[in-house]
Amino acid sequence: MPEKITLKYAVDGDDFTKAGLASSDLKHTLKQIGYDPGFIRRVAIAVYEGEINMVIHAGGGEITADIAPDKVEVWLADSGPGIPNVELAMREGYSTAPIDVHELGFGAGMGLPNIKKYTDDLQIDTTVGVGTTVYMLINNN
Amino acid sequence: MTVKDVKEILKAEIICGEENLDTEVRTACGADMMSDVLAFVKDQSVLLTGLVNPQVVRTAEMMDMHCIVFVRGKVPDESVISLAKERGEIVLLKTPYRMFTACGLLFSNGLRGGCDI
Ligand SMILES: Nc1ncnc2c1ncn2[C@@H]1O[C@H](COP(=O)(O)OP(=O)(O)O)[C@@H](O)[C@H]1O
Ligand SMILES: [Mg+2]
Repeated sequence: MPEKITLKYAVDGDDFTKAGLASSDLKHTLKQIGYDPGFIRRVAIAVYEGEINMVIHAGGGEITADIAPDKVEVWLADSGPGIPNVELAMREGYSTAPIDVHELGFGAGMGLPNIKKYTDDLQIDTTVGVGTTVYMLINNN
Repeated sequence: MTVKDVKEILKAEIICGEENLDTEVRTACGADMMSDVLAFVKDQSVLLTGLVNPQVVRTAEMMDMHCIVFVRGKVPDESVISLAKERGEIVLLKTPYRMFTACGLLFSNGLRGGCDI
């Protein structure tokens, strides 16, 4: 494969049923390139949780993934409400998701902790009223 | 056991994926919270759930799971079924049993949780 491939996805914020399309396509691409299944799964889960967050908390956004032989880096950028207290948001079980999100299987406050668990680096750059960019790095080792 | 065994133990009906009944499965997970499923990256092959929305299929896809069992006879709508078909290898089953009983039956027949504590 070339040194680096960059993929970009627009994430629709209005339709929860479509959430996961970007993660699914990214996973598919990684599979075609031939990465280790365990590595692919870590990337897929982390990006999927991030994509779900963009849809349920921020009205959608844009995902950029840089794919290299030794690592995948992903930026999930939205223009949503921002996160007032990142430390609190990172806690297991903390969630501001409306109750109807539960019917969809999310909103248990485990998304960001899951992302943390599967990534080698996680940075949340957020400003209330402006938006959030979640950066994640997953090393392929 | 195989997906076919899961189907028989749970008196389940096949919704789609008939061609993949011989797939070997060792571990399962019963949940209505998809983040709980996503929290364990181990090789879980069967997902039992009371939810019928597309994110159930997405979650199974991210986890490389082979089979989704909808408990209490629930059936997802056509869009969810076609999403599963698109993804290839996933078998969708529906069982009349409730979650607890369905999990118990599979466990007592040798399927395990896959996450040791
Ligand atoms: N992109 C985002 N924009 C705004 N708030 C967010 C975003 N991602 C996460 N949050 C906030 O962080 C909280 C915790 O997120 P998470 O751990 O994924 O749990 P959940 O999504 O189940 O609520 C959310 O409830 C929400 O308040
Ligand atoms: Mg979340």
